[in-house]
Amino acid sequence: MGLDLRFPIGIMFSLVGLILLVYGLMTSGDIELYRRSLGININQIWGGFLLIFGSLMLGFALKGAKSKPEDPKKQ
Amino acid sequence: MINAQIQLGIIDYVIMGIYVLSVLGIGWTLKRYMKTSTDFFMSGRSIPAWITGLAFISANLGALELVGMAASGAKYGIATSHFYWVGAIPAMVFLAVFMMPFYYGSKARSVPEYLKLRFDERVRCLNSISFAVMTLFASGVSMNALAKLLNQLLGWRYDASLWICSAVVLVYVLKGGLTSAIYTEVLQFFMIVLGFAPVVYLGMKDIGGWDKLTAILGNVSQNPEKISLNTKAFEPEAWTSAWQPLFGGSANNPMGVDIFAMVFGLGFVLSFGYWCTNFLVVQRAMAAKNMSAARRTPLIAAIPKMIFPVLVILPGMIAAALAFTAKDNYRLPPVIIKNLPAIVKMVKAPASENPAISVEDIRKAVGLKMSEAKIFAVLSEAKTLTDDEIAVKLQDAVTENDYDGVILSLVKKYCPTGLLGLALTALLASFMSGMAGNVTAFNTVWTYDLYQAYIAKNKSDEHYMWMGRVITVVGILLSIVCAYLVNQWANAMDIIQLVFGFVNAPLFATFLLGMFWKRATGTGAFLGLLGGTMTSALFHACTITSGNVPGIKGGYLAVVQSFPSEMAQNFWLASFAFIGCFVLTVVISLTTKQAKTDEELTGLVYSLTPKIKDSGEVWIMRPAVLGTILLIGCVILNVIFF
Repeated sequence: MGLDLRFPIGIMFSLVGLILLVYGLMTSGDIELYRRSLGININQIWGGFLLIFGSLMLGFALKGAKSKPEDPKKQ
Repeated sequence: MINAQIQLGIIDYVIMGIYVLSVLGIGWTLKRYMKTSTDFFMSGRSIPAWITGLAFISANLGALELVGMAASGAKYGIATSHFYWVGAIPAMVFLAVFMMPFYYGSKARSVPEYLKLRFDERVRCLNSISFAVMTLFASGVSMNALAKLLNQLLGWRYDASLWICSAVVLVYVLKGGLTSAIYTEVLQFFMIVLGFAPVVYLGMKDIGGWDKLTAILGNVSQNPEKISLNTKAFEPEAWTSAWQPLFGGSANNPMGVDIFAMVFGLGFVLSFGYWCTNFLVVQRAMAAKNMSAARRTPLIAAIPKMIFPVLVILPGMIAAALAFTAKDNYRLPPVIIKNLPAIVKMVKAPASENPAISVEDIRKAVGLKMSEAKIFAVLSEAKTLTDDEIAVKLQDAVTENDYDGVILSLVKKYCPTGLLGLALTALLASFMSGMAGNVTAFNTVWTYDLYQAYIAKNKSDEHYMWMGRVITVVGILLSIVCAYLVNQWANAMDIIQLVFGFVNAPLFATFLLGMFWKRATGTGAFLGLLGGTMTSALFHACTITSGNVPGIKGGYLAVVQSFPSEMAQNFWLASFAFIGCFVLTVVISLTTKQAKTDEELTGLVYSLTPKIKDSGEVWIMRPAVLGTILLIGCVILNVIFF
């Protein structure tokens, strides 16, 4: 199929990761909020990880698109 | 709702929204590639193996699996992993190495169509009808659970949740067909792994690591009654070792299963029957771009399957340990009291109206096992408490565990706003892709195996494509009907599972003989399958699980044998059905004439099909080599957790 799935996976997780990361940074020091996660700012850490994961996926997708320029048109 | 509801922040809704937009976007983008019915129903056989592999495992990792395995993890501990290391990996390797060549290599477009080519129209008809009905119910069950969850958790209306989520699924399946379903399944795979990993990490950290967990579970084994897990006490390793408790016999492990039922019933009959013949999963492999990708599909899927217990079973074990130590007042979620407002009223009634309301009255009215001391406390303080406080205290007095709520209780316990949105989106994703997966399997079987075969032969490809779209809408509507049915009538679920248990249990015998014994005839297969189904029904009618009343749970004809658990009864039922179908098919085949010539059977039966030469591939990538490595890995895991 024409759509490289790594694009939507990459975009979605980069976006979600970024949101979690920014939210985590904004709420760092909020003891009440992070009581549940045992005092760990899990949003910041996991958001960062998701952002890296998403970017990697995007990176691979872009690399794949470059190395195979213009799929030969289907008949 | 009492203490079930949770507060979501805007950020949580944003994450959910991004997911929904992503799946809709995928459907939208794929729309322009849907030119022929092959594109719509079979993804044009063009998908790379890593995608079909992850979709293959994801189609199985529905939300019900997620919820159910965590429940079993709490109830039975590490032995639940038998559903993975015994009940999945060997069958997946077998499918890849031996069976995929027939599915992918023959001209069959679906599993029922393979049966038609190999045997005859009758076998196909039987299989396709039962499969079609089953997928509709499976998708209905999935959506019912989702709508209930949204209702309980977020306070959304049941109907609205059901229709909106179904509409989202409808849009993307309609646009992108099977490819949409497969792509969103892969998305769901990553959502689940990345959404639940932090929850498991936090749970493990909270409990103090693996050694601490096993130590606590050792105490749980000896006194499971403390948290209403089991009325019996077991050896200390009952929750923490996979095989030792089984060797002690069915009375000495919390599953109540003996070793034969586990290895033959689950590990062979049920597992091979599901993984090797269920079109829902096989369809993913059949969408692969070539034979080698199709064969690698189940093998790629087996890798995450092997390590999934960490993600799905471990949370249940953590929950049991947390509840046992009552850490931070955590308890296994109690079964929700259905008629709570009425009970609260009963407690609050002035003495003049209701002079001597007793603990027993309340317990009876609730209809669940409850702590008498706690009810007594509520009754004596009733005057000073508000309605809400009474409701909370009554709910807390229930001692019956709602194991299906375990995974959510951990999400609620450990996820702050933000991560909460991610974890809930993972659940939402798996429920929706559960529906999408079933609907895509249903529309293919309907269009190719029922509509094209019996209703409208020899129509144009556009016509079947049109039919596919129409039946997708119909399929979703019927799933919604099934969801309401299951929601309104709780027994519906039991009956459905029972009937499909009867039909599915013998199925693998038919495939095994069909693929590996060229003498098996159409009549033999058809009657064998019917006989196998009847064997299961008869077995069920004559056996029961101790503690159950004869009726829907079995034993309504006579009680010849009693089993310590429903799981054991189920595994034995499958074993008998398989043997019944196998013997009947062999005997009838030998007494009837083979209607198919060797030529017709080429590509469908092992002995008549040229062996595939894997020599073109790097040796490590050959299915047999990969399969062997996976099986060795599986043995190692079983030894580690012996």
